Amino acid sequence: MPEYQRPLTVAEYEQNFSQIKPDMTATMAYNESARCLFCYDAPCQQACPTGIDIALFIKQIHTGNLQGSARTIYNSNYFANICGKVCPTEVLCEGSCVHNHSQNKPIEIGRLQSYASQHAIAENIQLYAVPKEKTKGKVAVIGAGPAGIAAACELSKAGVEVHIFEAKSSPSGLALYGVAPYKITNQEILEEVAYLQAQFGFSIHYNQPISSKEQLAKLEADFDGIFLGIGLGATNPVLANTQNWANVWGATEFIEQLKTDFQKVVIGKNVVVVGGGNTAMDAASETARMGASSVKLVYRKSKEEMSAYEFEYDLAKQVGVQGIFGLSPAQLLGDSSLKGVSFTNEKGETVEIGCDMVVLATGQQKQTQFLSQIDGLELNKQGKIVVNEQFQTTNPRYFAGGDAVNGGAEVVNACAEAKKAAQAMIKTLFS
Amino acid sequence: MPNISANLAGIKSPNPFWLASAPPTNSGYQIMKAFDAGWGGAVWKTLGVPVVNVSSRYGAVHYKGNKMIGLNNIELITDRPLADNLREIEEVKKYFPNHAVIASLMVNTREEWHQIVKDAQNAGADGLELNFGCPHGMCERGMGSAVGQNPIALETITRWVMEVAKVPVIVKLTPNITDITEPAKAARRAGADAISLINTIQSIVGIDLDNLVPYPVVGNQSTNGGYCGPAVKPIALNMVKNCALDENVRLPISGIGGIETWRDAVEHLLLGASNVQVCTAAMHYGFGIVREMIAGLEDFMRQKNFETLNDFIGLSLPKVKHWEDLNLNHKVVATIDSSKCIGCQLCYTACEDGAHQAIAVSADKSIRTPQIIEDNCVGCNLCSLVCPVDNCITMERRDDASLPAKNWAELVAQDQAPTTFNDQRGGGVGHWNPTPKDAWDKRKNNR
Repeated sequence: MPEYQRPLTVAEYEQNFSQIKPDMTATMAYNESARCLFCYDAPCQQACPTGIDIALFIKQIHTGNLQGSARTIYNSNYFANICGKVCPTEVLCEGSCVHNHSQNKPIEIGRLQSYASQHAIAENIQLYAVPKEKTKGKVAVIGAGPAGIAAACELSKAGVEVHIFEAKSSPSGLALYGVAPYKITNQEILEEVAYLQAQFGFSIHYNQPISSKEQLAKLEADFDGIFLGIGLGATNPVLANTQNWANVWGATEFIEQLKTDFQKVVIGKNVVVVGGGNTAMDAASETARMGASSVKLVYRKSKEEMSAYEFEYDLAKQVGVQGIFGLSPAQLLGDSSLKGVSFTNEKGETVEIGCDMVVLATGQQKQTQFLSQIDGLELNKQGKIVVNEQFQTTNPRYFAGGDAVNGGAEVVNACAEAKKAAQAMIKTLFS
Repeated sequence: MPNISANLAGIKSPNPFWLASAPPTNSGYQIMKAFDAGWGGAVWKTLGVPVVNVSSRYGAVHYKGNKMIGLNNIELITDRPLADNLREIEEVKKYFPNHAVIASLMVNTREEWHQIVKDAQNAGADGLELNFGCPHGMCERGMGSAVGQNPIALETITRWVMEVAKVPVIVKLTPNITDITEPAKAARRAGADAISLINTIQSIVGIDLDNLVPYPVVGNQSTNGGYCGPAVKPIALNMVKNCALDENVRLPISGIGGIETWRDAVEHLLLGASNVQVCTAAMHYGFGIVREMIAGLEDFMRQKNFETLNDFIGLSLPKVKHWEDLNLNHKVVATIDSSKCIGCQLCYTACEDGAHQAIAVSADKSIRTPQIIEDNCVGCNLCSLVCPVDNCITMERRDDASLPAKNWAELVAQDQAPTTFNDQRGGGVGHWNPTPKDAWDKRKNNR
């Protein structure tokens, strides 16, 4: 019997996906913050893509200035609690903590960050003097993911009226629809977005995809500038599902279904996950926790060449995922239903692995078709939006940040890029 | 946005955070770096008679992995040429006209005092601080704390300075004295504009048990040094309070001693200081430490709706009385939140061995949470101090708050205070204590 049973109730789901970074109590935060050395030119701050003054916010937790601590974090990163929970801190701030060098445990920076920011969210603390009347100008943001919302916050703080157009019915893009459920709950994500929206006063228009040239033209007419936070598209169809078999998933689509309505997700008994990135690790872990009997993670290159972080692979192995290396996906196998996948190994031989569910974590396509409708907007050879150092595209009224620019990185990268883009928009469009 | 601009006896600064006269203020380079980092003022490392320093110069008290909770120094006043310091004072003032630059001074004769005061003023110092506190190396030569411990000498020299001073004069006091208000009053009599306290406390921080030489080790010898850092804050706060409350002092106070966080600074201000000076924290963490202090001060003021520092300077003073004024009717007892208790039983052993045997542990060893014996609890709150869990032990009021307060002074005046040794009105009468034999029984039962 597999370690995890398929969760039928919310309680069982929360149990299967118990949080890997649980909230800290006041005593835990006090003791952990005491360990921070308050380094000069702290390596953790240097490692943080948003440059949070980590030593300061930790010290502020310790001296009982929680509000100040939250402000220190939000000054640099609007997704304070979300990043505290979902960031790969093991390879960013915590990974660079100097305690590692003396073989002490690094400071639990992510959990401390959540501790401080949750205080601000729970108490609905107004950290900034935000102009109620937004008279500086108008900006349209396409996509209410981390990039779009971060840009909206920064622009709104400066008095710009911001309208976000979001295709889905909920905000925060992959933070909600893509991040593994054991990293953060949906509720927490929505709470932080609601807190930001209440504080900064931007509008989000849900179920309003922007896809046509006419819609873009209208935005260009109604707004002074446009920020593209559109992220990436559908999963690369590395294996063609010509027979339209059930249980053949792109990882992005599978995880979105899981995050939106887990009770509708049916997991096969024997799952094959194709890929070697962090998304593959997540998908593998999630299928195991949803009750699969066996989960095989199959990557075409060697274990050392996997792009996934070591700790993400460890998480997957901890729930029983088996890693198989050196096999390139060739085609799906089956008759009336999916029966397996055939791979080619380094020697060119065919290797078949039986399964009744396949998840392709083989990267997402760029949204080139949509972007081609924007006049003068250049994409590079990989289909990523070309931007200058201010994250301005080659169409000067369009700025961009996040996955559509960097090709698919972390939530924190989207937040960092969008903030810089918004600052540049304020300078170039409104001064 | 709260206004944190400060004013000490007419010396203005953008905020109340000054660097104290010490190694961090040895050079104009450091002071300018500090101002860039956010500090509001700096007192230059004492200018005066020529000196030569030893190596090494510092020792520290480290406590259970926390480095330098106390710092001891045997360093002297500046050993840099006076001309260099004066030139740099002028340069710093040119770049930072709105920040406070104070010249700390220590010389011998009246002529020397007159000359150095004029030199410092010509260089553009916003104020002068008279160093009557250095407790090693200078006092043997009749300066520093030798003056601070001698109110007559202090008054004499301060008068000399006031004869030629054109900028505010701050007298820095040494804590190595029985009653700090005595030199403070002397400063006032002499016409000084403000006092700053405390300077460092005479101390020995520890001994190198291999060589049997105290720290800091100079060859195979040592000497006592001046102690500072977080460990001395309680001494400083008490002395600030004493000077602030004494009606014959009535001078603005610059609070010095153990300030590392916003809380420490606010505590000094609440007890009457108009600004604060910091040394050890800057030596430990660099000038960047001030950013937590500034943010914390502002957030504190926001939460309390204080618009300026004057809204809360000295606000705690009316609450500090003489012991005999405290309400004897005020009764509290300890309570343990069993949902938070982690079962270390430190409260039990503290009370059992160190206080009033008012906490019990269960005979069932699987139950680790102790119980308060309320009848025996005198409300000393020792347990709440040793408990490692936030808010696990709290003190709860048990007296009838509607009853009028009653204090020792009134008891004595009304002839109701206990006077004889076995007086029935004594505080411990009727309070249960275990008998000596109970300790013997415990040993026998191994509990």
